[in-house]
Amino acid sequence: MRNQKLLLLGDEAIAQGALDAGLSGIYAYPGTPSTEITEYVQRSAESAARYIHCRWSANEKTAVEAALGMSYGGKRAMACMKHVGLNVAADPFINSGITGANGGLLITVADDPSMHSSQDEQDSRFYGKFALVPMLEPANQQEAYDMCFRGFELSEKYRLPVMLRITTRLAHSRAGVVRREPLPENSLQLPQDMRQFVLLPAISRRRYKKLLETQHALLAESENSLFNQYVDGPDKSRGLIVCGIAYNYLMENFLDGPCPHPVLKIGQYPAPRSMVARLVDEVAEVLVIEEGMPFVEEYLRGLLDRGIRVRGRMDGTLPRDGELNPNLVRLALGMNDEAGPAVPEIVAGRPPALCQGCGHADTYDAMNAAIKAVFGDGHVFSDIGCYTLGALSPYQAINSCVDMGASITMAKGAADAGLFPAIAVIGDSTFTHSGMTGLLDAVVENANIVVFILDNSTTAMTGGQKSHAEGRLAQICRGLGVPEEHIHVIVPLRKNHEEFVRIIKQEIEYKGVSVIIPTRECIQTFRKKAKAKKEQ
Amino acid sequence: MKIDIILAGVGGQGILSIATVIGYAAVESGLFLKQAEVHGMSQRGGDVQSHLRIADRDIYSDLIPAGNADMILSVEPMESLRYLPYLAKNGWLISNTTPFVNIPDYPPEEQVLAEIRKQTHHLLLPADEIAREVGNPRGMNMVMAGAASRFIDIPFEKMEEGIRFIFRGKGEAIVASNIAALQAGRKYAIEN
Ligand SMILES: Cc1ncc(C[n+]2csc(CCOP(=O)(O)OP(=O)(O)O)c2C)c(N)n1
Repeated sequence: MRNQKLLLLGDEAIAQGALDAGLSGIYAYPGTPSTEITEYVQRSAESAARYIHCRWSANEKTAVEAALGMSYGGKRAMACMKHVGLNVAADPFINSGITGANGGLLITVADDPSMHSSQDEQDSRFYGKFALVPMLEPANQQEAYDMCFRGFELSEKYRLPVMLRITTRLAHSRAGVVRREPLPENSLQLPQDMRQFVLLPAISRRRYKKLLETQHALLAESENSLFNQYVDGPDKSRGLIVCGIAYNYLMENFLDGPCPHPVLKIGQYPAPRSMVARLVDEVAEVLVIEEGMPFVEEYLRGLLDRGIRVRGRMDGTLPRDGELNPNLVRLALGMNDEAGPAVPEIVAGRPPALCQGCGHADTYDAMNAAIKAVFGDGHVFSDIGCYTLGALSPYQAINSCVDMGASITMAKGAADAGLFPAIAVIGDSTFTHSGMTGLLDAVVENANIVVFILDNSTTAMTGGQKSHAEGRLAQICRGLGVPEEHIHVIVPLRKNHEEFVRIIKQEIEYKGVSVIIPTRECIQTFRKKAKAKKEQ
Repeated sequence: MKIDIILAGVGGQGILSIATVIGYAAVESGLFLKQAEVHGMSQRGGDVQSHLRIADRDIYSDLIPAGNADMILSVEPMESLRYLPYLAKNGWLISNTTPFVNIPDYPPEEQVLAEIRKQTHHLLLPADEIAREVGNPRGMNMVMAGAASRFIDIPFEKMEEGIRFIFRGKGEAIVASNIAALQAGRKYAIEN
């Protein structure tokens, strides 16, 4: 039963691996490509039977902090997020390197090179190095599974959080995974040192020195890790360093025999220095192939980039940005291009769009009538979610999308600069993720802004997860100090257009913070529920 | 033995159920499988594709290398052309003929079909129509899977089993009507 092969997405392999490695709680905020890790645990019958914590968190910062709290209690915890989520959680993440862990603590981060569903393609390995914690980077679904065991083990051995880094392609690709004998969960066990988690300067200094001293041991772990492999090859004109999934793209080009060059496959960091030294000593030049930014490559080149002959993303051997694939690696190796016929010119782009019947569309129609038609373009700060598609035709209704929560705060700053009207548009889930504190800033200064909180009672962009805002929005706004008479709830439907426009115009004229909450369920979740009901 | 298939379509058209049926058949036949899917933003009516790789040995890359796809299987004609650089010299382009028009600059239908016909190995089929004819108007996907089966070296019964497996919770009538769609697609591919 146990060695039965499961067909799992990389994300699901991580979820199953964590469950089998004795996980007691997973903490996360949705974000492509990491969402399916938590969703798998939420669906798992085994996790329900074990009462594994798997409810969504308000944002990535609260998720990492809660996971740290569970680790404090001696149990194994995982926090999951997309790469930009780690920006939000950077404070607890970096400081958890200094507090250290008690129960095993895995911070799983899914990067999105090529920005399939993201606003940037930052590489989380820089954060891991910054926090001075060990990192694991799987090449395939089986390693993703196995690394959960290894990650918790390392974490408990050194009492440190461990980062597990994946990228979109592995997260969303399915392959066979063989399970291992599961481990029991830990029982509640407080840290031995009751001041371990108290980062007062005197304690922090001591703990930071300890973290620095541990680096030698972490390096030694990498040198001996099964996830770091040196495979020799006869042709020393070139050696290859391949990180994570890049290994597959290399090997795909040598299906009929071994790679002729020596290959160092890296799956655990800090990078195994003596293995790198061996490669550098034996070959004429080193080609570094890594998914994401040139992390190892830049490190290897150093500031002066003299001495070692290095090729990779920084000298144009591979593209500087974007996701890798077998063909790009093939070209970097000097092999022929096998690409088939070019895409015919008639093929048009097909960008994503708001669904037919989406309430956001009615909101943008009303906003355009009350704002763009009267004051011109350039007044609307928006945020991240399905409603960001309001930037595209036919709406072209918004002027910004930066990071979750930035709509309200940017509108306030622009109002401070004298922009009138200054409007913010934010989704319900994004509002409870990072919008509430910004609204408080605005209320405290009675900033002259109008805030739209688009309530479709779900986190639609990432597939319809439950939103923390459910049924609470007006109450939260009142609690933060927005005057009752300037909070409006309206149903965004064609038939309410005139009233909607009137309310917007009225609130633009009010000098202070107004909140308009267009409320209508997401058409996708609505359909899903209707279908489920029919099938009952 | 290896079969690399690019599945193409528009977000919401449900190309993943095709991947599941073929994938199930492959795994049940003792083969290795890797399947890269698209989740996230483009599922909102954007272009989506899935790389389905089947082989009798371990598969490295989750992505099919350019110029190596044995088949492009598309539920929408223009989308089939978007992935031409992946098509191997002797690969098959198999596409549904019904366009999905959700953009203002969709090219003239005839031009799209003409581009498809330029490919040496192509098969165009009115999959929506065929699905309606067998009384399963929502079975277009299974018609496409059936058409593909003609070019895939996996026992056809395994694909029927795959349908039984996927729709097992939905009653015998749904299973039967999807198997009928699968068979109709296969029949069309054999006869045309
Ligand atoms: C820091 C961060 N975390 C997560 C995401 C992923 N993400 C983008 S939009 C979104 C959900 C937005 O939900 P909501 O605000 O309710 O808007 P909707 O999509 O429902 O319109 C999420 C989780 C992100 N881009 N940045």
